[in-house]
Amino acid sequence: MNSLWEFLSMSDPNVRVVALGAILLTATSALVGCFTFLDKKSLLGDSIAHAVLPGICLGFLISGTKDPVFLIGGAFITGWLSVFAVEFITTRTRIKEDAAIGLVLSVFFGVGILLLTTIQKSGNASQSGLDSFIFGKAAALMGKDLVVFSVVAIALLVGLTLFFREFTLLSFDRDFAEAIGLPVKRLRFLLTILIVMAVVIGIQAVGVVLMAAMLITPAAAARFWTDRLKTMVALAGLFGALSGLSGAYISYLLPSAPTGPWIVLVISLIAGVSFILAPKKGILSRLLKQQKNRRTIHEENVLKTIYQLGETNRDFLVGRTAADMEARRSMDQGLRSKILNNLESKGYLDKSTNNWSLTEAGRRKAERVVRIHRLWELYLTTKMNIAPDHVHDDAETMEHLITPELEAELEKQLNYPKTDPHAAEIPYQKP
Amino acid sequence: MSINDWYIILTASVVSASCAILGCFLVLRKMAMVGDAISHAVLPGIVIAFLISGSRDSLIMVAGASAIGLLTTFIIEFLHRRGRLQSDAAIGVTFTSLFAAGVILVSAFTGKIDLDQDCVLYGEIAYVPLDLFITDGGTIVGPRALIIGVVVLLFISGFVWIGFRPLALTTFDPAYAGTIGVSAALWHYLLMGSVSVTTVASFESVGAILVVALLIGPATTSYLLTDNLKIMILLSVLTGIIASAGGYFLAVRMDGSIAGAIASVNGVLFLLAMLFSPRHGLITKKIGRKISAPVQSE
Amino acid sequence: MKTDHNKQIPAFEVHDLTVAFDKKPVLWNIDLQIPQGKLVGIIGPNGAGKSTLIKASMGLLPISSGYVKILNEPIDEVRQHVSYVPQRESVDWDFPASVMDVVLMGRYTQAGMFRPLRQADKDIATDCLKQVGMLQFADRQISQLSGGQQQRTFLARALAQQADLYFMDEPFAGVDAATEKTIIGLLRSITDSGKTVLVVHHDLQSVQQYFDWVILLNTRLIASGAVTEAFTSELLKETYGGKLSILSEVGNLIRRESFPNRETTLP
Repeated sequence: MNSLWEFLSMSDPNVRVVALGAILLTATSALVGCFTFLDKKSLLGDSIAHAVLPGICLGFLISGTKDPVFLIGGAFITGWLSVFAVEFITTRTRIKEDAAIGLVLSVFFGVGILLLTTIQKSGNASQSGLDSFIFGKAAALMGKDLVVFSVVAIALLVGLTLFFREFTLLSFDRDFAEAIGLPVKRLRFLLTILIVMAVVIGIQAVGVVLMAAMLITPAAAARFWTDRLKTMVALAGLFGALSGLSGAYISYLLPSAPTGPWIVLVISLIAGVSFILAPKKGILSRLLKQQKNRRTIHEENVLKTIYQLGETNRDFLVGRTAADMEARRSMDQGLRSKILNNLESKGYLDKSTNNWSLTEAGRRKAERVVRIHRLWELYLTTKMNIAPDHVHDDAETMEHLITPELEAELEKQLNYPKTDPHAAEIPYQKP
Repeated sequence: MSINDWYIILTASVVSASCAILGCFLVLRKMAMVGDAISHAVLPGIVIAFLISGSRDSLIMVAGASAIGLLTTFIIEFLHRRGRLQSDAAIGVTFTSLFAAGVILVSAFTGKIDLDQDCVLYGEIAYVPLDLFITDGGTIVGPRALIIGVVVLLFISGFVWIGFRPLALTTFDPAYAGTIGVSAALWHYLLMGSVSVTTVASFESVGAILVVALLIGPATTSYLLTDNLKIMILLSVLTGIIASAGGYFLAVRMDGSIAGAIASVNGVLFLLAMLFSPRHGLITKKIGRKISAPVQSE
Repeated sequence: MKTDHNKQIPAFEVHDLTVAFDKKPVLWNIDLQIPQGKLVGIIGPNGAGKSTLIKASMGLLPISSGYVKILNEPIDEVRQHVSYVPQRESVDWDFPASVMDVVLMGRYTQAGMFRPLRQADKDIATDCLKQVGMLQFADRQISQLSGGQQQRTFLARALAQQADLYFMDEPFAGVDAATEKTIIGLLRSITDSGKTVLVVHHDLQSVQQYFDWVILLNTRLIASGAVTEAFTSELLKETYGGKLSILSEVGNLIRRESFPNRETTLP
């Protein structure tokens, strides 16, 4: 814990540089990743990431040093070449996009590995550290490297901000973008360049093998929290920054360890948490909603049963026993008594010894359920030509779902009918 | 050439052959990237099986890692269906996180297990002749990796031989297959299970990442050369073998990684097929058009 | 095998069928019966659930409620007697196979999935190719077929199944006039021999000329009956008059609230 505190206090200038650098690199990749994500081109990012390796090696072979300008330049060229290769193979041969990506990715990476192993055995002393591009090393972000990477990152951010609206349109609805006269082809080209740039700068911290995760995972995680693009981009950037910071911390603790896998593990964890906990779209909230639906259905069914028991003699508020209810509608005994108690505590039922009776609020609620049930049956028979003996099951479900607005619309469209298809009275609220 | 050279080339060839056979179906099913994802995702399975069993030639290893491979396809589908995450992102999120976990395990347990990052990246096929399989009686049967490779190849060939019709049918027209009672899901998982087994068996030779080159390279190359599925499978095996031999000599010449060189040669073979394939080659078609153009104008 | 079906039982019966995509119902409470020996057109606007009706009937899509019976049996009992022709675009025609390979797929049910095909199967496939006028293309690669030829290949595969009930999803989409004529002639000869054919169809002009029976569909069933009775301008107006607003709103509500389609199918 001590080391974490020391790290977070940022008193060491080296730590400051590495941490800020890592945040900058991962956050910018996360931002660009949002657009590849929405464009459903996430795996293309994977192929670009793998394809920069031969470029880095070539850059080294040409310059003979680890000059960042040469390495980035080489990475940029082969990264872009891989996009071109995928596009060419998909359009000019019968090979489909997934296979083209897999092929280009593995062949470029294979060439990269071949060159890298050759360089490593060549005895050139300055090559050491070249392999840190494979799994990333945030600690290596120092001096000139950081300056060059930051310049690229800032250029990327500027490009993204300037064309934000255009890229938004492009990823959401390409046909529409074309229809309103946007230069779609040129914009796509620009976006591709930005993706390659994001990969090229991200690899210092994350490494080529796992770089794809920095494009995909923050965007996927952010998508669970919001439907608005701006919020999504901001969240993805934040998630990316968090994982970058954790990568820098790992580098601080274990200077020789690869940081990429840790960064990816952190961002995956964030995605996992989002996947489970995010409101509305998270698995948990959907399960809770289903649970709630189930309870509503049971409660309304019990209220309805008590109401229907009173329909024959129009004595709705008379107390009923569990046996009365069972005779009308079969249900698990334990579940029923639980539901009855719930309804009592909500003020829909009154209890006296073994009898349960509707309160006025309970009667209104039950009446509404019965009304919707019968209105829906009538709607199905009159508007959808469904035989009267087939409409009950559907109405049995819809009675719990239909909103007051839809209810009013139903009444209007059916012209406030008096009876349902089985000649049962449709009860309206007495004013 | 020494016997060791032959062992390496043979091992690479049998591994390539298994990958190529399955790769044909992956490519035709447009599931190449799922194959990529499985090959990455088996890494944590391999490491954990390693830690439990303490050795690398146990069945636990193949079983454990294959289970993770299948789990990967389940997770991808779960994220896609229940999480409503688009499929490309579901694939990407799943395999990167599993692979990251695997690399961390490798680095955490280096020393305890006979695995390192280089092996993950490009395998150890150069050391294949050093690790011999010796029976209890003391007879040297051959390199262990080669024997595992042959067993897996026999298994994969048998699987595809027996299941050829349902595999082809569910690939070409899964809806029709469903209507005549052939479960597309069943054959999907059988295929993915086989891919997992093969990736695990190939891991030692070529690492976790370059397996993809063996799965996709020969399959795409042969897909450009023929219009007959059976011939396509045979040609892909042949392509895989040529790439293995060619890759070995290239690696020796450049003094670099054999697996990397095999992947590179696969790229070259694809390029040749793309340009010069008798029916689908880009240059062949251009020349063909020039020759036939006057005939058509009559 | 029950080859001698009672001619009185309906060829195809749908009872209270609801089918949902991602919870939202695309077919709602469909009820219909089709007598044997009819050539049936399934008509409706895009997104009306026409293909869904066929796919759900063949057991390719999960059913939310209701059931389907074919020749009075559940589909799994009579698969051998039912043939399905998917939309031409639903498969990748770059698949490495010849026309004959595809047609022979139609014999898999009768010949067994893992047993070698006999000469008799090959003879049947050849005969079916002859019927659709594709015999000279038997060895051609399917990637080199025109749209019409692709459709004829699929039709030959269906014929090779020797079924009693045929479902065809848009067999006339994007085919040339000659193919359309060949196909309709073949369908007519199938129904003349007492078998039943259901066809998803788009072209309203040709409905009266082609079909004996129509099913008008737009999420709900508008009508199912003999062409003379059901193919009226009034019913057509209802079919193409857009979706019922309440119905689609309730559908959206079901999806948004993760609500079950049927109370009884609670998770």
